[in-house]
Amino acid sequence: MPDKVRVRITVNGARHDLLVEPRTLLADLLRGDLALAGTHLGCEQGVCGACTVIVDDVATRSCLVFAAQLDGSSVRTVESLAAADGTLHPVQRAFTQEHGLQCGFCTPGMLMAACELLERVPEPGREDIEESMGGNLCRCTGYQNIVRSVNAAGRLMADRTSSEQSGVRA
Amino acid sequence: MKPAPFEYAGPRELDEALDLLAEHGDDARVLAGGQSLVRLMNARQVSPAVVVDINRVPGLDTLGLFGDNGSSTLRLGATVRQRTSELSDEVAAHAPLLAEAGAQVAHAPVRARGTVVGSVAFADPSAELPAALLALDGLVKVRSRAAERTVAADDFFTGPFRTSLAPDEMVVAVDVPVATGRTGSAFVELTRRHGDLPVCGAAAVVGVGDDGRVSHVRVALCGADERPVRVPAVEAAVLGADDPAAFTEAAAVAADGTSPIPSCHGSADFRRHLARVLTARALRTAFARATSPKETTDA
Repeated sequence: MPDKVRVRITVNGARHDLLVEPRTLLADLLRGDLALAGTHLGCEQGVCGACTVIVDDVATRSCLVFAAQLDGSSVRTVESLAAADGTLHPVQRAFTQEHGLQCGFCTPGMLMAACELLERVPEPGREDIEESMGGNLCRCTGYQNIVRSVNAAGRLMADRTSSEQSGVRA
Repeated sequence: MKPAPFEYAGPRELDEALDLLAEHGDDARVLAGGQSLVRLMNARQVSPAVVVDINRVPGLDTLGLFGDNGSSTLRLGATVRQRTSELSDEVAAHAPLLAEAGAQVAHAPVRARGTVVGSVAFADPSAELPAALLALDGLVKVRSRAAERTVAADDFFTGPFRTSLAPDEMVVAVDVPVATGRTGSAFVELTRRHGDLPVCGAAAVVGVGDDGRVSHVRVALCGADERPVRVPAVEAAVLGADDPAAFTEAAAVAADGTSPIPSCHGSADFRRHLARVLTARALRTAFARATSPKETTDA
């Protein structure tokens, strides 16, 4: 077998120093080595978006990146969203309220794509949402509720920011 | 499916990468953005013995102007992401066709890692960026351990997923001459779904002289032949035109002599039809942009 490769990687704030087979995809590192099974693998060819995670602040297909490429990188997965006490992230709340999920298989990728968009564009228009979410497939709900969810998440996050700024707890 | 085992190399100097290619030849693959390569490796359609990750090689992320007077050519290095190119002010100002074509490649998360040079080197006959490079009269900068050469885009693409690249060579950059004078460009395509590879696409660059007539023009197609192709018959017919109606007439020969690869997404005849329609649209839009910068969409 080929030599293993050393990867120092931060995942959801935790640092890991790992030896991996070169062929280990980021998705398999997350799911297998780190037991973070929230990231789902759909097509394994970059089409469906289910495996989308945030690598160094950029939404990335974890099925199309080798872990070996990410020495020194920082990754965020769906497990990073909810607080330790189980309080849902605004994006998760919005998907629940607006019925943006049904079977939930595509949802981790949807949530991470939405988070990246909202970090870049705090109040996205419909076009921004369609552009950013267009690479994520859902086979249950149709997309109207998902677009509405991202919209609502933007509003929830803006409310949170403004209440934090004014010193009032939401 | 998972990739077959391979050796991973992450060289920190260009020479080191070129040494690996010289040593391993066809058994090695260059990894830049990986959005095509890793997909093929996942499906075991390719199983290289060695993967040479060039992302840590300094200097390959160059994006900027150089040349005569410091500004005649726009260079994009081998690790410049498609998303970076698409959003770059310099690309927008000096090679807007590249930005417009780039924005139509796949989806944002794919473009965030995928590279412009990678798409060129992969040479998918349906892909947008190789056709854009052809229409822009681009150059492909190639290096091997032994030599350095520059290949005109016209000579680079030799067939489906085939280029004039030797196994020990890699593309280090693409260069495009900057737009000058009254020039307009357009990239239009038809896809089955948003983000898919186009069934067919057309790229046009149109220059207009002081007399309001077309003084230079380049048209290139993707999805219309076994490789991205220029269509000189259309270019010749359009030279000197000053009326958008002439473009539709000229585009009638866009598919003459082409050999489109039929697939479930489009028969050869449908692709020929698209080549004509999209060529006319691209020419009209490019001309409109050259003559009236505010005009941005097809009339």
